[in-house]
Amino acid sequence: MSANVLLEVKNLSQFFRIDRHTTIRAVDDVSFHINEGETFSVVGESGSGKSTLGRTLIRIYDAHSGSVTFMGREIGGKLSSDSRKFLRKNMQMIFQDPMASLNPRKKVLDAVAFGLDINHLSGDKNERLDKVVKVLKSVGLSEDHLTRYPHQFSGGQRQRIGVARALIMEPRFIICDEIISALDVSIQAQVINLMRRLQKEHGLTYMFIAHDLSMVRYLSDRVAVMHLGHIVEMGTVEDIYEHPLHPYTKSLLSAIPHPDPDAEKDRKRFVYIKGGVDYNIGTIRQLSDTHSILATDEEFSRWQQNDYSLFLK
Amino acid sequence: MKENRILEVNHLDLSFRLGNEVNHVIRDISFHLNQGETLAIVGESGSGKSVTTKAILGMIDDNGFLGKGEILFRTSRTGKEDEIVDLTKKDKKYMQKYVRGSKIAIIFQDPMTSLDPTMTIGKQIMESMLEHKKVASKKEAMAKTIQLLDLVGIEQPEKRVRQYPHQLSGGMRQRVVIAIALACEPDVLIADEPTTALDVTIQSQILELIKDLQKKTGVSIIFITHDLGVVANVADRVAVMYAGKIVEEGLASEIYYDPRHPYTWGLLSSIPSLDGQDEEIYSIPGTPPNLIDPPKGDAFAYRSEYALEIDFEEQPPMFQISDTHFAASWLLHPSAPKVDMPLVLAKRIAAFNERRSQE
Repeated sequence: MSANVLLEVKNLSQFFRIDRHTTIRAVDDVSFHINEGETFSVVGESGSGKSTLGRTLIRIYDAHSGSVTFMGREIGGKLSSDSRKFLRKNMQMIFQDPMASLNPRKKVLDAVAFGLDINHLSGDKNERLDKVVKVLKSVGLSEDHLTRYPHQFSGGQRQRIGVARALIMEPRFIICDEIISALDVSIQAQVINLMRRLQKEHGLTYMFIAHDLSMVRYLSDRVAVMHLGHIVEMGTVEDIYEHPLHPYTKSLLSAIPHPDPDAEKDRKRFVYIKGGVDYNIGTIRQLSDTHSILATDEEFSRWQQNDYSLFLK
Repeated sequence: MKENRILEVNHLDLSFRLGNEVNHVIRDISFHLNQGETLAIVGESGSGKSVTTKAILGMIDDNGFLGKGEILFRTSRTGKEDEIVDLTKKDKKYMQKYVRGSKIAIIFQDPMTSLDPTMTIGKQIMESMLEHKKVASKKEAMAKTIQLLDLVGIEQPEKRVRQYPHQLSGGMRQRVVIAIALACEPDVLIADEPTTALDVTIQSQILELIKDLQKKTGVSIIFITHDLGVVANVADRVAVMYAGKIVEEGLASEIYYDPRHPYTWGLLSSIPSLDGQDEEIYSIPGTPPNLIDPPKGDAFAYRSEYALEIDFEEQPPMFQISDTHFAASWLLHPSAPKVDMPLVLAKRIAAFNERRSQE
């Protein structure tokens, strides 16, 4: 793993104001970094703020506060047109539902070339076509598919189009927002293998947003566990899966289903007690160089003594 | 039909007309459901698993038609003895009045689309009780609704009955859908991918709930899913479907620890293993066949590295492996060459067996 930091996020917050009395703190004072060439995964239940985090990084939303440094440039605040171009080219996103993210009235050729077109990078007609064909081939589709519409594809193929569309900009960093959760298990494996192959070939850096913890373990280098807008625990795959300390992480891990009926019969699952931990009063503590956790003094000492009675049932 | 069976499907064929073509989605399938057990039907999208349950419920669209086959269901009317009816012979009116909702209920995948956004959840649960005359009065229906919500683990049910679906989270909504399905105390519950739209923690809670309800009410369950990883926890028996056929069927332990059909191998291998990062996850190449013109032999042969020549010529029969375990693969024929399952899977099963022998 290279130690070059590609993306650094400091104290990032994203609030949504519903009305005078209610503000939703979707992402609340989050800090982390992503190294070049690694796969960083963000896991958590729905509503934990993981998708909002991804969308804020790529500037679908403007951050409420905090700073984001990407490849040495500040992209958290107001963007100059130069920075905007830089960001659009180097950071791309793939979404969960491939049908909803493709325009049903656009042929594959135009859907994939759209990023080039609006950034004036497509060149002449042949050049544009060449680029699209090349990227389609690299995701396992062929020239025959160029003139088809999204509805003529299966779910797995549509997701490949989504990947092709991100890839054509030759980005350095791709945010993958639940890209496999709408697919069948057998197809999930195909898409994941594709993503890993592309990562090797192009030296890409990924941020995976997911709730499927077995897949995350398989493909990540580092993992951040998010809950209610906070990163509650962060570390390498080994830190999180072998030595989890936070009760929320423990409850998530205990919920992973195993294809093993006998073991499942007497498996103990933990339910996280809501309101047991107030994230706003905790501070980030380092357990090791790579492993950190959000906790107060008291919580921290309890968890280290393996006392979870107040937090799990 | 055997004493302990509640539902039996024999040699069922089902097709849909599409213009001039006929899409043969279910091809001669047979299976049964024992009283009080959970049968998981597993397969990819398009394998025919959902449409099988729709056939059981008499919910086939107008362009669909049944070929041969029968669906036997053990049913009872108040004050009468049990009788066995063939659901394929009954008309829509009978199905609506005596079967659907009252005897066989279904939970769909997406709780948001199966609830009415303009109706309070209390009303939606009461609706089928009143329709099927399971309760004498609205007051009684309300009391039972509150009991049901409590049963499916919703806190403060008295308050919740007056709320609308949008006021509940995804997991809560799925609990309401389950409460509706249970409102008429059905004998059979069909769960069509009930956890696919939910995240892991909620998924495990809903699975626990379904298991718990089965213990309390004794309902028989058909559980439909594409993910073999999910059902290890709930299934007593598993049927694996591919291209409109059941290719392997057996007790959960037989399917997970001793799978025989290459397709089952493929499904099990594509679940990433939790210990260690393999270089590449096994994935089944290609896509399921088009059933407008189904392949002659074993439909999976075209995607299988284990296919024999005969697989392309002739449909394999169901070979019996034990009293409860069957698989349709020519590899089980006595004169077939011996092949081994994918290495990842063999390793994983060896690890399971080692752990089992230690205990």
